[in-house]
Amino acid sequence: MGFDQYHEPPEELPPATRTFARLCASLTEEAEAIGWYEQRLAIETDPEALAVMRDAQGEEFKHFSMDLEFLLRRTPAWREVAQGILFQAGDIVEHGEEAEAETFDGDGAGSEGAFAHGSLGIGSLRGVSR
Amino acid sequence: MNHLLRSNAPISDAGWNLLDEEARERLAPALAARKLVDFSGPHGWDHSATDLGRVTPVGSAPAEGVSGLQRRVLPLVEIRADFELSRSDLRDADRGADDIDLGALDKAAHQIAVAENVAVFHGWHGAVTGIADASPHDSLQLPETADGYPRSVASAVERLLCSGVIGSYGLALGREQYRRVVETAEHGGYPLLEHLRKILEGPIVWAPGVDGAVVLSLRGGDFVFESGQDLSIGFDSGDADLVHLYLEESFSFHVATPEAAVTLKP
Repeated sequence: MGFDQYHEPPEELPPATRTFARLCASLTEEAEAIGWYEQRLAIETDPEALAVMRDAQGEEFKHFSMDLEFLLRRTPAWREVAQGILFQAGDIVEHGEEAEAETFDGDGAGSEGAFAHGSLGIGSLRGVSR
Repeated sequence: MNHLLRSNAPISDAGWNLLDEEARERLAPALAARKLVDFSGPHGWDHSATDLGRVTPVGSAPAEGVSGLQRRVLPLVEIRADFELSRSDLRDADRGADDIDLGALDKAAHQIAVAENVAVFHGWHGAVTGIADASPHDSLQLPETADGYPRSVASAVERLLCSGVIGSYGLALGREQYRRVVETAEHGGYPLLEHLRKILEGPIVWAPGVDGAVVLSLRGGDFVFESGQDLSIGFDSGDADLVHLYLEESFSFHVATPEAAVTLKP
């Protein structure tokens, strides 16, 4: 155990980036837990154990979704890409390519701006010092 | 193309990148409210009102045997700071010049950041109820010299605790107050900034536009800044020499827990 969610020296990272990294690590852990429960549920035969593990997996769904929403709120470009993909019917890859192009074409900015609605993408500054 | 009409401007993609980056760099340090209150959105330019969950009685219903209520909403406000840039300078930037004059953009960025801070912390008559407007607590007096600030800030924190408002807490300091805090060391050389941080268990932010200081809870759910169109640069018009642009945003601000902040007067 250590502080291995940091890829760069933590003392050189601003607080907002450290928070972002923590939530990214948490998101990863929740996704792993969902996968582990999926495997356990696939082989378990005891109905009571199945019920407990289904409930536990539901918790992980919630945790994963909260982590993701936090990260999207702090990252307008990611949010814009996600809006083009998540909860959309149809071809996932097609939506992904379109969302990426709409968000980042022209080096990510140009006349239409890099972020949603042509904004500067400033959003919340919680966690930014001074 | 949206209402900002950016692609109608005589500005290259590289030029827009330069202006957007400059605006972000100038805005971020001064947008104090966004460092302390909850942020919702952006919900887009066509988002016009915040749901308050409240209703107002309506005098009479349209038919007998029916009662009616009208929903109350908080309308978003729009703020805009116009500025103009030299087209010649922008062409130089496209050639690689790294010292073009963006002073007008810098000034507009500061103005709109101050306007946002003032609206959130002190209110905007007829349009926004600010944190100081809504707070039921009497303002505390800041002493003349900054070495007395810890006592005032501790009093504000104690007042919040008495109201059941738990921390951590943040401190927004007006320009003069921030300068005094940063330049002051207490007995033994301990920085005043660090002492205040320990009292608050939270951040201290430079808040141009704030008159004095505001201590507020950071627990969440007390103060909500709802963004419609987040800060953006739009195109107004252009001629042979100048391009007329503007910085703009739309937002509402809602105080859900008025007692979660205490103001400190200079």
